[in-house]
Amino acid sequence: MHENSVDRGRTASESTDRIAYSTPTHDRVATTTCYMCACRCGIRVHLKDGRIRYIEGNPDHPVNRGVLCGKGSAGIMTQYSPARLANPLLRVGARGSGEFREISWAHALDLATSWLAEVRARDPRQFAFFSGRDQSQSLTGFWAAQFGTPNFAAHGGFCSVNLAAAGLYSVGGSFWEFGEPDWEHARLFLLWGVAEDHDSNPIKLGLSRLRERGARIIAINPVRTGYGAIADQWISLRPGTDGLFVFSLIHELLAADRIDLEFLATHANAHWLVIDAPGTAEHGLFLRDAAGNPLAWDRTAGLVPAGRPGISPVLAGTMSLPDGRGAHPVFHLLAERYLSPEYAPEAVAPRCGIDVGTIRRLAAELAAAAFADPLELPCPWTDTEGRRHATMLGRPVAMHAMRGIAAHANGFHTCRAIHLLQLLLGAVDRPGSWRYKSPYPRPIPPGPGPAGATVAPDTPIDGTLLGFPQGPEDLLVDGSGEALRIDKAFSWEAPLSLHGLLHMVLPNAAAGDPYRIDTLLLYMSNMAWNSAMNPAQNIEALTARDAHSGEYAIRRVIYADAYSSETVPYADLVLPDTTYLERFDCISLLDRPIGSAHGPADAIRQPVLQPNRNVRPFQDVLLELGARLGLPAFANTDGNPRYRDYADYMVNHERRPGQGPLAGWRGENGEQIGIGAPNQRQIARYIENGCFWQHELPPGQQYYKYANRDYLEGAVAMGLLDNAERIVLQLYAEPLQRLRLAAEGHGRRQPPARLRARVAKYCDPLPFWHPPLGAQEPQTFPLSAITQRPMPMYHSWGSQNAWLRQIIAANRLYMNRATAARLGLAEDDWVKVTSRSGELRCQLALMEGVNEATVWTWNAIGKRTGAWNLADDAPESTRGFLLNHVISAFLAPEGGHADSNSDPVTGQAAWFDLRVRVEKCSAEAAHTTPRFEPLPRPPGLAPPPAILRYNAKDAP
Amino acid sequence: MTSIPKPAPGAKKLGLVIDLDTCVGCQACAVSCKEWNTSGHMAPLTDLDPYGARPDGVWFNRIHSYEAGDGAAGRTVHFPRSCLHCEDAPCVTVCPTGASYKRAEDGIVLVDADLCIGCKLCSWACPYGAREYDEDAGVMKKCTLCIDRIYNETLGEEERVPACVSVCPTRARHFGDLGDPDSEVSQLVAERGGFELMPEQGCKPVNRYLPPRPRAAPPVPSPSPSQTAEAATPIANRLLAWADRVLSR
Amino acid sequence: MRPAFSVIFFTTASGAGCGLLIWLGLLAPAGLLPASLWFGGLTLALALALLTAGLLASTFHLGHPERAWRALGQWRSSWLSREGVAALATYPPALAFGSLWVLGGPRGPWTALCGALAAAGALGTVFCTGQIYASLRTIRQWHDSRVVPLYLLLALWSGAVLAAALAGLWGAARLPALLALVCGLGGLALKLSYWHAIDRAAPASTLESATGLGSWGKVRPLDPPHTEENYLLREMGYRIARKHAAKLRRLALALAFALPLALLAAGLAARLAFPALLAALAAAAGLLIERWLFFAEAKHVVTLYYRGN
Ligand SMILES: Nc1nc2c(c(=O)[nH]1)N[C@H]1C(S)=C(S)[C@@H](COP(=O)(O)OP(=O)(O)OC[C@H]3O[C@@H](n4cnc5c(=O)[nH]c(N)nc54)[C@H](O)[C@@H]3O)O[C@H]1N2
Ligand SMILES: Nc1nc2c(c(=O)[nH]1)N[C@H]1C(S)=C(S)[C@@H](COP(=O)(O)OP(=O)(O)OC[C@H]3O[C@@H](n4cnc5c(=O)[nH]c(N)nc54)[C@H](O)[C@@H]3O)O[C@H]1N2
Ligand code: SF4
Ligand code: SF4
Ligand code: SF4
Ligand code: SF4
Ligand code: SF4
Ligand SMILES: [Mo]
Repeated sequence: MHENSVDRGRTASESTDRIAYSTPTHDRVATTTCYMCACRCGIRVHLKDGRIRYIEGNPDHPVNRGVLCGKGSAGIMTQYSPARLANPLLRVGARGSGEFREISWAHALDLATSWLAEVRARDPRQFAFFSGRDQSQSLTGFWAAQFGTPNFAAHGGFCSVNLAAAGLYSVGGSFWEFGEPDWEHARLFLLWGVAEDHDSNPIKLGLSRLRERGARIIAINPVRTGYGAIADQWISLRPGTDGLFVFSLIHELLAADRIDLEFLATHANAHWLVIDAPGTAEHGLFLRDAAGNPLAWDRTAGLVPAGRPGISPVLAGTMSLPDGRGAHPVFHLLAERYLSPEYAPEAVAPRCGIDVGTIRRLAAELAAAAFADPLELPCPWTDTEGRRHATMLGRPVAMHAMRGIAAHANGFHTCRAIHLLQLLLGAVDRPGSWRYKSPYPRPIPPGPGPAGATVAPDTPIDGTLLGFPQGPEDLLVDGSGEALRIDKAFSWEAPLSLHGLLHMVLPNAAAGDPYRIDTLLLYMSNMAWNSAMNPAQNIEALTARDAHSGEYAIRRVIYADAYSSETVPYADLVLPDTTYLERFDCISLLDRPIGSAHGPADAIRQPVLQPNRNVRPFQDVLLELGARLGLPAFANTDGNPRYRDYADYMVNHERRPGQGPLAGWRGENGEQIGIGAPNQRQIARYIENGCFWQHELPPGQQYYKYANRDYLEGAVAMGLLDNAERIVLQLYAEPLQRLRLAAEGHGRRQPPARLRARVAKYCDPLPFWHPPLGAQEPQTFPLSAITQRPMPMYHSWGSQNAWLRQIIAANRLYMNRATAARLGLAEDDWVKVTSRSGELRCQLALMEGVNEATVWTWNAIGKRTGAWNLADDAPESTRGFLLNHVISAFLAPEGGHADSNSDPVTGQAAWFDLRVRVEKCSAEAAHTTPRFEPLPRPPGLAPPPAILRYNAKDAP
Repeated sequence: MTSIPKPAPGAKKLGLVIDLDTCVGCQACAVSCKEWNTSGHMAPLTDLDPYGARPDGVWFNRIHSYEAGDGAAGRTVHFPRSCLHCEDAPCVTVCPTGASYKRAEDGIVLVDADLCIGCKLCSWACPYGAREYDEDAGVMKKCTLCIDRIYNETLGEEERVPACVSVCPTRARHFGDLGDPDSEVSQLVAERGGFELMPEQGCKPVNRYLPPRPRAAPPVPSPSPSQTAEAATPIANRLLAWADRVLSR
Repeated sequence: MRPAFSVIFFTTASGAGCGLLIWLGLLAPAGLLPASLWFGGLTLALALALLTAGLLASTFHLGHPERAWRALGQWRSSWLSREGVAALATYPPALAFGSLWVLGGPRGPWTALCGALAAAGALGTVFCTGQIYASLRTIRQWHDSRVVPLYLLLALWSGAVLAAALAGLWGAARLPALLALVCGLGGLALKLSYWHAIDRAAPASTLESATGLGSWGKVRPLDPPHTEENYLLREMGYRIARKHAAKLRRLALALAFALPLALLAAGLAARLAFPALLAALAAAAGLLIERWLFFAEAKHVVTLYYRGN
């Protein structure tokens, strides 16, 4: 809010006359999409004399509506970073030595092609393609499948797949990327383990809206910073115990019968019957009719298809079926489990470190907010059974969760628990609650299983590599039940690892477990540093040599980075990428679009500046490589490239007839949305529109999307869904029971002996709480240690930014003042942090707003000496540190074998299960440890300037 | 003139109102300030040793964070700090050259870099640390209230606000005429109990800060669920009760 | 506050110079100092040399020395500007005084007038210097009623010691030495009461008032705006350990006051000239330390935002 332009009165001093009030701010303004983080805000880049004058938010953009964050505003300094790679590099020294020779693109692509062609002809599985926070996964994944290797994934597996899997198998959407709170109507908002999230600016805009509207915000988090700072209540619990906490809330709500039974019976599978026949192969599966429809028990008609309209289903009780078997409605099983005293507030409070009163009050508050005074929108809608509803009844309790829930080895079930809580309150996609972002909801689970079970030389794999297992038959395992993928995704070790396990690729490949990798292609992921659960482990894997041949265990590493990161020195061939202002990109409905609850949307990036270096957009390079390798989708039959470049691909590639990377302005003359023939003016239309497309759903389609006929039919018409059937929300996840049955010895596909107990335990169709796998005895490691995203920094790549690094160039370990007093530690002390797998030294900071059993630090501030073209004595390496140095990708070995430090259901990396001991260390160690060999400056990079006088007016 | 000018009758008192209730400390305002101004009226906002051991640049707006109060009862507060365009600006009266001045027409406090001799006395006189000495240029610099934005006729009306205000993702920053009691900002200050920083320093700052809203207390529904009659009933009976519940879908 | 040598040297040197000029301009015409041309020349030269050296030092402390002249512009509002004007205004009468002395000795009425004017200029200069610091509310150790008198007294004291030392060479140290004793004892007493006061005075501002968050309870800094040091902290964040300060205070007392006072007294008793010379040297060293402390012990309110105290 502000006065619109204040007009200038008469000037009062001769000096004021020297002010140039109305200097034009640009000769040209170009819109594009920010990539200082993955939030994808729309920006307007003001250019003057060929330089950036300033970057501002695009007021018309649906994501950020004109605002920016600190990172986005610092784009100039990333664009002009001295750490930008300048030329393709070929390794000449040993891996890690950083000794390279600059080569031409022709040479680089010849090399890459020859390496890849050879593997593809021999055994495509020995080629692995992994990427980081890649916003072109629909291309990279497709490319890998075309190549014919199953070994593809992006960063999701170590990021938040627990949320994705839990959400997609429960509600057909997820907190992570595919959902958002109803900022306009929520009255109570629960924020579970969120620091900044990808949805950075939308959340900030939303939070201020909640404050303005006087909605109550509760932050559940061991630390009180950032978003949590402005909450009305801070619930400080011990890391990893959220599940218990949620169950106690559920216990309270059930005990008091403050739940939305109506909703559960109408929109969820509460009434579906679950077979009770212990020991049999059907036990715990849904009772289905011949056609496979799940059945329910109708008061009058008895067994009926659960989906039949108008029935009056029984929700509790034990039915005895004609065939003599027993059955229970899902709700019965659920109520039985969570009403049990083990989930009573008294029982869980001590373990969570929350007091009983707080739990009781919150349960009461949830019930009150959901049911006490109804929120009803005067907005008619029609359900899938064709019944017209005059209004939309709200449940103004919204929730959002992120990696505080995800990054634990019990995160899948914890996140399922939160979804259960939402469902019991009827607070899913209703006014005031959590809502789906288009193109979600999707059927539960969304799609076919993962492709890649069989591979053949020079043959593409059809289907998507990252699919959705329904049961044992969809897993990627061999006859003996062992993993087929290098990261062991979709194996019995992590059956629902929907996003792969990026964190296991290097260790597995080096160990040849399950097999060796010949050529590894990495794209924008700093795997030798902050992306590694433990950098030393990954560096070891990258430099390990085969005992016999003496060759590197991972024979070839190709890496595409834009900057001089810690991983560059470990590549044999470096493909320098452009910056986000120098290329076309596509934020596609086939990947992670910018859609919101208001409707589907996607966006592009366009080149705003021409690169002044010998660099090429990675997507262009990938398309050319595809053509050179003769991958059918990328090469014409005559062997020529099918696509000129990525822009051409964005417009003309069709994944299914009429459906391509971009949904806007399709059809010859751009009048179709979602589905339509390629439109050669499509990109021009996007640019005219500020580089994004959005379709605003009519109000009647904005809620109840799982059962909203008009929405579902519209979604089918746009190609977002295959059919318009009602999506039944899954309290009880049958796919997990199928896996469990296999572990109990049923079916032809069963887990190997060593994993049976584990699968049987963790593949529970109803969520439960279990201590993190890596749980260690509290005596030796009394403190949980976690990290948080610093708002003004983006992982490792923010530190090359001259402005952002001034804000945070070093990090300390934060500890509760009382804890420090108990341990005899003081502010600024240098401390030794020890975990079961390692040790580091850093400096201590004390605070009030952190759980007494927890220490934390800012993520990814520590840098390796010499990386990012920073001075050798840069604070990032002398006073900065990564907690990763004391995390491990593996659990403590048992019987010679160490399991991966991941969630047993999804393979999610358990970053936050870390436990440590903190002791005072001698002050003379006044720099952080461990310290690695300094990295040399890659060829082609100039020494950074000693002083910066950036001014769009002066020449660079 | 480095004596404080008599504000012309009805003259504006332009300034910022910063909402400590919603600021999440994202630093957007600090960075966009730097971004705008490094090519603006006080250009450049020099950075010393930008990629080295002691990175240190000129910033007109710096974001602190504090913890107010103890334990869970306390609050974490993010606190943006920039020039408050004081009515009795000591940075102006101490200036020996006239480089530091306050404008009569709108109260904006500026430095004329061409007159500044870099004696730094104004930075000693400012209680709020809002003077930024550019060691490279040898002159004092400071927040201009984006004078080259708010009066910039080449910008659209709605764009004529300080960079830090238009960028703020939590809408925690407001700009306007605090001299006019009817202005939106004055009203906001009145409603929310906006306050001055360090009134005891006698600078009469124009900028105002809005305090964190008192915490919304949870509505206390009684009895709390588990105290209700239902809660007492054993699981079996609970299930029976549900079994009898007639629902239609 | 950062004890910048240029400023420390400037204030002590110009202070001594002005002090010396005041005594010379007032006493010589009254015939209370040696009438020797050499004495007058030497003393006047030394006084102006000290003042000039001080002014130059402070000029080179500027970001733009070549623009120093602009500092004379704002004498209506700025004590710094007034100081410059007063200092420059001191030269013409001082030089006239010198020339007249050469022409007709120290006693003529015009000489007396010029001497008085020069003394007034010098006095004004020191007064303005004191005011520059005393007028800064941001630094409670400076915003103190004792600061201006202190600057004046210490200028007169150092000037008198110098006068005594020089006059001593002509065997006429007695009067200036006696005056010095008076100023020295006065300065000593005032400095002690100043230290006593600043050690006890409650700070006017706190982090609670600086943030307005006092109603929530004690306010503590969590994260700074930038992790590395900036201009504010370099310029105003200087901190000195209590113990260290206490030691330096004792040293300053000994060198700036105790020792020179003793030497002067001894000189008076023994009717010797050289103790006054030693006294001058001791006082110079002592006053440099005293001035260093004046900065080092001064705490700027802005540090509240960074350190909370
Ligand atoms: N500025 C900035 N924004 C970013 C990024 C960045 O690097 N910088 N990275 C992006 C990426 S890749 C991702 S994945 C997202 C991650 O988005 P977030 O999940 O918001 O990021 P984290 O910093 O991992 O936040 C974890 C939060 O959970 C809390 N926490 C830890 N353990 C527990 C627990 O057991 N229970 C609860 N309730 N809370 C817990 C931590 O204190 C922290 O506040 O952020 C994205 N956005
Ligand atoms: N301790 C701890 N560790 C963590 C986490 C945590 O919470 N705690 N979070 C984990 C999570 S969720 C994530 S997502 C990872 C993130 O970790 P990473 O995905 O490694 O993120 P970055 O450090 O940004 O590294 C991305 C790489 O991409 C490069 N890059 C940047 N822009 C471009 C571009 O335009 N093109 C190309 N080709 N390359 C580019 C950068 O230079 C950098 O080398 O960190 C993980 N690590
Ligand atoms: S949140 Fe910030 S960094 Fe991320 S896209 Fe938006 S503006 Fe850019
Ligand atoms: S931009 Fe807004 S939220 Fe971010 S730090 Fe500035 S005031 Fe706070
Ligand atoms: S805040 Fe400081 S710089 Fe700004 S007007 Fe007030 S005293 Fe002057
Ligand atoms: S530094 Fe410049 S603006 Fe500040 S007081 Fe000195 S001359 Fe004036
Ligand atoms: S008003 Fe302009 S100059 Fe002042 S802090 Fe905001 S952005 Fe910076
Ligand atoms: Mo992530």
